[in-house]
Amino acid sequence: MQAYLGIDIGSISTKGVVIDADAQIIAHSYLWTEGDPIGAVKRVLAELKGQLPPAVDVVSVGTTGSARKLIGTVLGAQVVKNEITAHAVGTMSRVPDVRTILEIGGQDSKIILLNNGIVTDYAMNTICAAGTGSFLMSQAKRLGLAIDELGEMALKSQNPTRIAARCTVFAESDLVHKAQIGHKKEDIVAGICNAVVNNYLNNVGKGKKIAAPTVFQGGVSKNVGVVRAFSQVLGHEVYVDDFGHLMGCLGVAVLAKTKGNTKSFDFNIQEVSFVTKGKECEKCPNNCEIIYVYRNDDLLDSWGNRCERGVAS
Amino acid sequence: MKHKISFPHMGKYSVPIKKLIEELVGDSGEVMLAPSITKKTIELGSKHSPEFVCIPFKYNLGNFIEALENGATVLFHTSGDCRMGFYNEVQEQILRDLGYEFEMCILETNSRNRSLRDFYGMFKRLNPRLTYARTIKAILLAVRIVFAMDKIERYVRQNIGFETQAGTLEEIENTFLRDVAKAKSIFTVGKLYKQAMRKLESVPLNKPQNALKIGVVGELYVLMEPFSNYFIEKELAKFGIEVTRFIDVSYLLFSPKHKIPYLVKESEGYATYDIGADGTDSVAKCVYFAKNGYDGIIHLKPFGCTPEVNSIPICQKISEDLGIPILYFSFDSQTSETGVKTRLEAFYDMIEMKRETVK
Repeated sequence: MQAYLGIDIGSISTKGVVIDADAQIIAHSYLWTEGDPIGAVKRVLAELKGQLPPAVDVVSVGTTGSARKLIGTVLGAQVVKNEITAHAVGTMSRVPDVRTILEIGGQDSKIILLNNGIVTDYAMNTICAAGTGSFLMSQAKRLGLAIDELGEMALKSQNPTRIAARCTVFAESDLVHKAQIGHKKEDIVAGICNAVVNNYLNNVGKGKKIAAPTVFQGGVSKNVGVVRAFSQVLGHEVYVDDFGHLMGCLGVAVLAKTKGNTKSFDFNIQEVSFVTKGKECEKCPNNCEIIYVYRNDDLLDSWGNRCERGVAS
Repeated sequence: MKHKISFPHMGKYSVPIKKLIEELVGDSGEVMLAPSITKKTIELGSKHSPEFVCIPFKYNLGNFIEALENGATVLFHTSGDCRMGFYNEVQEQILRDLGYEFEMCILETNSRNRSLRDFYGMFKRLNPRLTYARTIKAILLAVRIVFAMDKIERYVRQNIGFETQAGTLEEIENTFLRDVAKAKSIFTVGKLYKQAMRKLESVPLNKPQNALKIGVVGELYVLMEPFSNYFIEKELAKFGIEVTRFIDVSYLLFSPKHKIPYLVKESEGYATYDIGADGTDSVAKCVYFAKNGYDGIIHLKPFGCTPEVNSIPICQKISEDLGIPILYFSFDSQTSETGVKTRLEAFYDMIEMKRETVK
């Protein structure tokens, strides 16, 4: 059986899926990157291999996420795609008529608008990480709660506290103030969830028409409080997929499937040693940082130079 | 003592500015170009700038510091329609506080505030033997160069994505700039321009009939200084996209189409009065690109650029009404290059997918 591999290497987590010819997931893996993308990919590949039936032959590979280029080089991937296209394609393979994709991750957030199966507009948060997972994480800690308790707790609230949504710093001082004057904890938690949604809609979703069906994904979509807040503010149901965290790698796997030039992929890459070296060029004051990738001591590729003086020799 | 004159970089415009100053100061001074912009320039500039000032300020200041370190004694700067108009004074003060000694001269680009007589007077102080005749000749020569190089660059911008051999067009452009730097009269400039254009037009191109087309709008400095926009036009060319940009120096200073009444008319109701600086231009050109079969628009601005921030809601409305996608970028000294590339790549995927479905 022919199958296709997609890997999404993010700053926090690394995700991988193997799909069959009908784009159904036959193996998946999700683990922390821990600052070592190559190591994380090796672990993901080992997990995927364990889940696969023996007759499966992976014939095409796609990579996405912030380490897509590095891992694409290491694995000899046929497709190396940005996260936005990958998420759009992945989501469409599960919800073909999707019109809006909301995504909130640990450090960033994006919105993708689609119409008749094509991306018509998108935006990513550019400067500010307020209203992302890391904000929820720090506020949970402040309230002495675990991050996965927040959602359930927010659902209990009848009267969510109003919390400033524009900026994390303002939100935090608002939150401290509201706690000190006696607001209930569940109301505050519900207020935080609303603040995340309002912040997202004001910054990332600014000026965009959010049409149904709407899919919500990324780590924060696991928080039912935020999901409820989205549904309330938008006035329509927000769909959360069980595989929401795998949409990026699913997307590149689908793209790899349509790519054509197939080549049997060898899972035994674990035994190969890959080394990367960063070096400053020093041929002009710009000091471009050039990355060299070696496979068992052979130079595989290099990048990062702005002019031909920095070409690796 | 001979004056050592320097000025900040912006794209390739150091060629005509150097020419202008050289012609005007004659033997009483020499132009020494500030070192090309590198990461060091922006580090120096950011270090000594107020945090919330926009990025052109930081690049200019970095250029000045590097030029002063190389021994410059006279600095030239321009003015502008937004808060850029005050930058020269603030920068002068910062540089003096840092202990540099120099003279600051302002090449006022806004003819409402400055007459030829003031212009002449400013250079007369540097070069006592300067005459009016020579001043006019120098201005004409520099302006002729600006027009020629802008036309050449426009041609290169529209076609660089379709070269059969990468680098050919740019090399012709660079040869032209090198030669024109030595030109003594506007006739030589004209001759060199014709030669270069002929050479450019004979370069074989692999351009499909219906190539993807993108228009670029926004704030003038980040549009014209490629280092500050992460060489965005080069990145677009790699995808095989035809790029159109109206804003260049000849357009800003001399085009009748850059006048507010014309721009307001071109905006077709989306702007009914001046937004300030080049904000009106961004709105008008978004309408133009949307109505002339372009596939997308890229809007560039320095982080915190008020006129462009004001133009964005109008551009969003145009995008929605006329169905043209717009990608917005804000540049500051910390923007990650990867982020820019990811967004551009996604934008390209998007307009390409859209094109295929329409077919």
